[in-house]
Amino acid sequence: MARHVLRLTALTYLLFLLVLPVGLIAWRTFEHGLGPFVAALSTEEARHAFRVTIVVALWAVALNTVFGVGTAILLARHEFPGKRLLNALIDLPLAVSPVVVGLALVLVYGRFAPVGGWLDRAGIQVIFSVPGMVLATAFVSLPLVVRAVLPVLAELGDEQEQAAYTLGATGWQTFRRITVPGIRAALGYGVVLCLARSLGEYGAVAVVSGRLVGQTQTLTLFVEERFQNFDQVAAYAAATSLAVIAVLTLLVTRLLRPKDSR
Amino acid sequence: MAISVHHVDKSFGDTPILRDVCVDVATGSLTALLGPSGGGKSTLLRVIAGLEQPDRGTVAISGSDVTRVVPQRRNVGFVFQHYAAFKHMTVGENVAFGLRVRKRPRAEIRARVSELLELVHLEQMADRYPAQLSGGQRQRMALARALAVEPEVLLLDEPFGALDAQVRKELRTWLRRLHDEVHVTTVFVTHDQEEAIEVADTIVVLADGVVVQSGDPQEVYDNPATPFVMRFLGPVTELGGRLVRPHDVELTGEPRPGAVPATVSRIVRLGFEVRVEMVSAGRPTWAQVTRDLARRLDLTPGDTVYLRPLAERELLAAGAP
Repeated sequence: MARHVLRLTALTYLLFLLVLPVGLIAWRTFEHGLGPFVAALSTEEARHAFRVTIVVALWAVALNTVFGVGTAILLARHEFPGKRLLNALIDLPLAVSPVVVGLALVLVYGRFAPVGGWLDRAGIQVIFSVPGMVLATAFVSLPLVVRAVLPVLAELGDEQEQAAYTLGATGWQTFRRITVPGIRAALGYGVVLCLARSLGEYGAVAVVSGRLVGQTQTLTLFVEERFQNFDQVAAYAAATSLAVIAVLTLLVTRLLRPKDSR
Repeated sequence: MAISVHHVDKSFGDTPILRDVCVDVATGSLTALLGPSGGGKSTLLRVIAGLEQPDRGTVAISGSDVTRVVPQRRNVGFVFQHYAAFKHMTVGENVAFGLRVRKRPRAEIRARVSELLELVHLEQMADRYPAQLSGGQRQRMALARALAVEPEVLLLDEPFGALDAQVRKELRTWLRRLHDEVHVTTVFVTHDQEEAIEVADTIVVLADGVVVQSGDPQEVYDNPATPFVMRFLGPVTELGGRLVRPHDVELTGEPRPGAVPATVSRIVRLGFEVRVEMVSAGRPTWAQVTRDLARRLDLTPGDTVYLRPLAERELLAAGAP
């Protein structure tokens, strides 16, 4: 009996929280067939938003992959003062609200801030432009690669790497031929998670991008802007494509997740 | 000398692991670093390989000082206790690794790999992954991988430690034969005195980070430098306050010069040998005698017998460390 109640509660909870809203969006999107969906996503603004989203997400993923693997190796293989602090700092982006991240970035890289002003004179505009959006996205998705790779790296141990050294392999050869194959699955998992998070980022990007339609508008910002302007067809269409991308990445993580035994 | 370690100190934090260690390993020898767990054997081996940096002292391989040389350039082969197999590579690729990173020609690598796999009897396994091998096979693969780069010295860290008793014995004999075939200077770490005596031609006893004694197995066994070494290398018993090997105790039914009386308390027959437990001057002692002698003396508990050490050896006081 108790089990049935528990199951019913969980299902109801998921129904109202997840299934119903997402399902309704999908239903609204395709209410009048595929035509309006395709039309809504073929406008210049929509296509631009797709491009911006992909560029920003790819940059953020690339940065976090390099940073994530490097930091994981540092934390798993080396002892140094400040290690615990670094380890704690990595999780900070999970705790800080993305809006705060955005504001903080504006404070540092805005045109009238010291660092931002200096960069501006050097011809690099960070805030209200792609570099700032990449920074904001990279910030919020920072822990994902580190946290996926670190436990696997620790579990792997350094004996294989030491064996490679005694066999004459350089640091780089050892990294490429021994370390990377050892963490491949975990790295893939972390990268896909990071990509999913980057594609869906809204708050931090909303602050630093300035939401310039056709310039710094990502897909999530596009959804919001269309919705505010009563263009619900476009809003739902873009929202559905975001959801579909999310489901696809989830499927990929599912494929990457299982047994990394061999 | 193939390896010369001079006055090496090494600590981890505040814990000293090696203290003023000096070891010379002759070219072509098969040397055992023997000692109890935590005695610093593995650390010494890792210092020789360059996987640990000594705090003080020098390491020379084939006459050249390599103390500050990275492991890649020391030309040593290292075999880890838990094999350190490259799990994502086949057996053949594992063995080829050292040659690949040296960018040797393909044909040469292929020839060398099949030659080595034959040497370690794994020629059928070249395309398997390490996970598909038994422990003994994995260890032989690790050995072939280390030998592939033609190292000047081969270092084995508890090579048979993770294997079961039967495989251990087989591999031991096999390693001895392999060394006779390949002649590469080899140093292996073990805590098993039987293994050291059976396989090595030189034994270095290490305890608490200090070299206690080194020499050929017979010498270390027969003339131990300290009671510790004597106890560690084989069975011992006390006789009149001195340490003796139980098989070096002469047991007679009649009193003789230099012999002390003892009362038999128990007799244990272990196949061809008989273990006679006695009390002499209020202290327990025992002797290992042949079945034949035990029958001749018709030993039964309560008998009085006479004991004296068999050989004219320098005996160690039991009380000393």
